[in-house]
Amino acid sequence: MGDRFVSRGFTGRRREPDGDRADRIPPGQYATDDFPVLSAGPTPRIPLDSWAFTVDGLVREPVTLSWAELIGLPSREWTVDISCVTKWTKLDTRWEGVSVDDLLAQVELDPRAHFAVARSYGGYTTNLPLADLVNGQAFVAYRFDGQPLEPAHGGPARLVVPRLYFWKSAKWVNGLRLTERDEPGFWESLGYHNRGDPWREQRYAGDE
Amino acid sequence: MPTPLTWQVATVDEIRPETAQVKTFTLRLPAWRAHKAGQHYDVRLTAQDGYQAQRSYSIASPPTRTGVVELTIERIADGEVSPYFHDVLVPGDEVEVRGPIGGYFVWEPDHGGPLLLIAGGSGVVPLMAMLRERAAARADIPTTLLASWRTIDDVIYRAELDALGGVADGLRVVHTLTRAQPPGWAGYARRIDGPMLADALAPLGTDPLVYICGPTLLVEAAANGLVEGGVSAARVRTERFGPTG
Repeated sequence: MGDRFVSRGFTGRRREPDGDRADRIPPGQYATDDFPVLSAGPTPRIPLDSWAFTVDGLVREPVTLSWAELIGLPSREWTVDISCVTKWTKLDTRWEGVSVDDLLAQVELDPRAHFAVARSYGGYTTNLPLADLVNGQAFVAYRFDGQPLEPAHGGPARLVVPRLYFWKSAKWVNGLRLTERDEPGFWESLGYHNRGDPWREQRYAGDE
Repeated sequence: MPTPLTWQVATVDEIRPETAQVKTFTLRLPAWRAHKAGQHYDVRLTAQDGYQAQRSYSIASPPTRTGVVELTIERIADGEVSPYFHDVLVPGDEVEVRGPIGGYFVWEPDHGGPLLLIAGGSGVVPLMAMLRERAAARADIPTTLLASWRTIDDVIYRAELDALGGVADGLRVVHTLTRAQPPGWAGYARRIDGPMLADALAPLGTDPLVYICGPTLLVEAAANGLVEGGVSAARVRTERFGPTG
């Protein structure tokens, strides 16, 4: 094994912030103040009066929530760092919504449920271990930075799972299906990593 | 486990200016893999002290061009990686890359068409790979490229697009120049809008396969406009640029 590769003449702009903020940028990422939009297709428009969110799969009885019922659940604010596999990280993003714990409390989970597939208006899916969704780690957000979540950013509501790359934070989310086995979702079937932990730089299938 | 996409050290074969702010870098790969038009490569730069920066860049060359990939990169003034490519790299230099990456915003001749390709600025790069592959495959799939630029001098691949559009094989190349137009310009001179999309759709029928790549505002306008115009959302694939400095 040779020495590490060095790019001739590269010193780096090091746009990363200083101090402990720099320690919050995962490997291979850079900090941005923008909020880039990345989606595989057109932005769906979902009227709130027909919006619905269903928890099904390995549950005793599936449950469907209307928009009013979602808003009626206890909400809280989260301030979290988010990292997109396309290399940007945005620190201290402010969201408001309902924790996945509170959504799962609407159903009785089958003990065999160890994974979930989040699904969205528009047909998008992404898979997650249940362990990454519970205990206050994930939420369904309907407000960003004090405003209703814009459609381009996943409004009226999106899943947010800050501890994983942001493609796991399904925009336009409309359900969670609990499963026993891990079932790869949209990007996970197209060469992206099955779990997507930014701190382990799990970008693509086969990484780590 | 799937085969990991390992980093490899590519050699810069050629650097070709496209416009004042855009250059194409031909990289020779020791472990070249056939890509699909529309895919990208990740690039990683490493400083002497171990500091690294990564970015993703679309492949401009078609998979029929073996052994190398061409990355067409716009210089972002306050960027970190693109200025290095533009200002520092010379032929013979080495650069770490891995890929090809991406499996949805891709087109192969057996995907068929008709094809509507919509580009904003350097968003044309992955679409150019599709047009080059289409030409290499001698596929006469009815195709329209609708590309939005600020000025005529910003048009990437202008001569090649003129040449491709001049072959009577069903390809139409349409530019719109949003900021300034040369004397005698008879083409569009505004941002992409509903009537322009309707004109682009007219020869392609109601169910084209659509690829849109560019800045978010352009992609949103074009994708929403097409869906409002009756194109099925499932037929519209988008790639939106974040900051890719």
